[in-house]
Amino acid sequence: MNLVIEVVDLHKSYGPIRAVDGISFQVEEGEIFGMVGPNGAGKTTTIECVEGLRRPDRGIIRVLGLDPHRQRYEVRQRIGIQLQEASLPRRLKVWEIMDLFSSFYRRHVEWLPLLEQMGLNDKLNAYFESLSGGQKRRLFIALALLNDPEIVFLDELTTGLDPQARRAMWDLVREIRAKGKTVFLTTHYMEEAERLCDRVAIIDRGKIIALDRPENLIRSLGAEQRVVFNTSESVEEKLRQVPGVVRIERIGERVIVYGQGDRLLSELINFLEKARINFWDLRFEQPSLEDVFLALTGREMRD
Amino acid sequence: MRGLLKLTLIGIKLYLREPVAFFFTIIFAPLMLLLFGSVYGNEPNPLFSGRGTVDVMVPAYIGIIIVTVSLLSIPINTASARESGVLRRFQAAPLHPLAYMTSELISNLVVTVLGVLFLILIGRLVYNARFNGNILSVSAAFLLGTFAFFFLGYLIAALAPTARTAEAVGMILGFPMIFFSGASVPWEILPSGVRAFGRYLPLTHLVSLLKGLWFGDPWSQHLHEVAVLLAILLLGGAIGTKLFRWE
Repeated sequence: MNLVIEVVDLHKSYGPIRAVDGISFQVEEGEIFGMVGPNGAGKTTTIECVEGLRRPDRGIIRVLGLDPHRQRYEVRQRIGIQLQEASLPRRLKVWEIMDLFSSFYRRHVEWLPLLEQMGLNDKLNAYFESLSGGQKRRLFIALALLNDPEIVFLDELTTGLDPQARRAMWDLVREIRAKGKTVFLTTHYMEEAERLCDRVAIIDRGKIIALDRPENLIRSLGAEQRVVFNTSESVEEKLRQVPGVVRIERIGERVIVYGQGDRLLSELINFLEKARINFWDLRFEQPSLEDVFLALTGREMRD
Repeated sequence: MRGLLKLTLIGIKLYLREPVAFFFTIIFAPLMLLLFGSVYGNEPNPLFSGRGTVDVMVPAYIGIIIVTVSLLSIPINTASARESGVLRRFQAAPLHPLAYMTSELISNLVVTVLGVLFLILIGRLVYNARFNGNILSVSAAFLLGTFAFFFLGYLIAALAPTARTAEAVGMILGFPMIFFSGASVPWEILPSGVRAFGRYLPLTHLVSLLKGLWFGDPWSQHLHEVAVLLAILLLGGAIGTKLFRWE
């Protein structure tokens, strides 16, 4: 695999605050790499240093083999940036925005199909100020894709979006990756990172505290899985023989089985079927990335 | 290069799309000319060395247009573009700050020139206002004064912590200049106390230079004004570009 981003020992302080405190990681070509953590953890500072928008105090950054600070114009020709907070002149029309930004790049895609893909093709003559929050966000993503970039940076892509729009964004990010591009995103939604990212760096107080595939992070936690179902029969004693089961709780008809191992669910269902136990409303609850985060940081997320 | 051209055209369009800016840059000075022209006419007046009121108002009003663009528009526009994140979005594109500044300067120059041309056109057509100078000399003085004031405007934007401050500072500097420099009320009829104060305003020097050259004075009579404007141009330009920030 080719490395498209390499960061070694990145430091950045704002006055006495160490926003980024010795971060190192690598991003491979074609993956969706996510940086998660609470607000103020250092995600935006990190991504903006990598984009070349901020100058790190210390550390080495290579983007497509280039120095994003010294060779910033070359790097920006080849990457796409969606900023967490940005704006455009309020009386600029959508088509003018696309036409103008196209002229900054050596190479760019046709912007009309891009706007169609973003559902903005009926807004060509609308002023920027008349767009809704979600439309502005989509316009900024269109700008980030305009130069057919090799790496797309998405900072807090879905913050403030409703659930439908959020899922549409996830589909969009997967489409971007399917076209062979690398995606580097930040989010403070653990669920988003878990569902979307190939690899996730958990960042807190300016340091990476874990970095792996989401499923590996969850497995490494060794947390208990839960199988919950309803039955009217008395099953507790029998279930203790099932491999992987650790403990059982019963509340009326509801049975909660705590256990470990990849085969817990299938072993349990097999057992219930073989024993001809009548059960309903069965569901399986796995620990999530949020559990990993809370286990690692030992406190609630600050929002 | 293509980007620079597009950005400049967009800058002009954006400026003219703001109704208030459009009014004060393009309409206001010609309107004043028509208003005061209808009151005083353009008969030769000994107060203005035998020239008419409209004759002397045309070059003086150029000063109003320059202040409108440079001190009333540029500080607030630049500082709010920075504050709202517009500049950051441009920064994220492969756009050099110098290219951005250049397009800003050119588009603001173009709207200033549009206002001035409209003013001259009205003066010429309605009152047959006189011009006894050399077009090249007057243009050179106009460019010198305009860029000196533009850099003053960008300097305010760069130094002001917020857009509101930039707007306030621009107005506090801009409005007294419009009234006490001879740009709106002719210098010849200002009370001596006001003149004593007005002498310290940069616009007084610009209006004096423009009026002088407009009626055929040689440059040698206005070296003091040229020196003041040149100093503002160089200092403002040097500090303004040094302090430029995207956010």
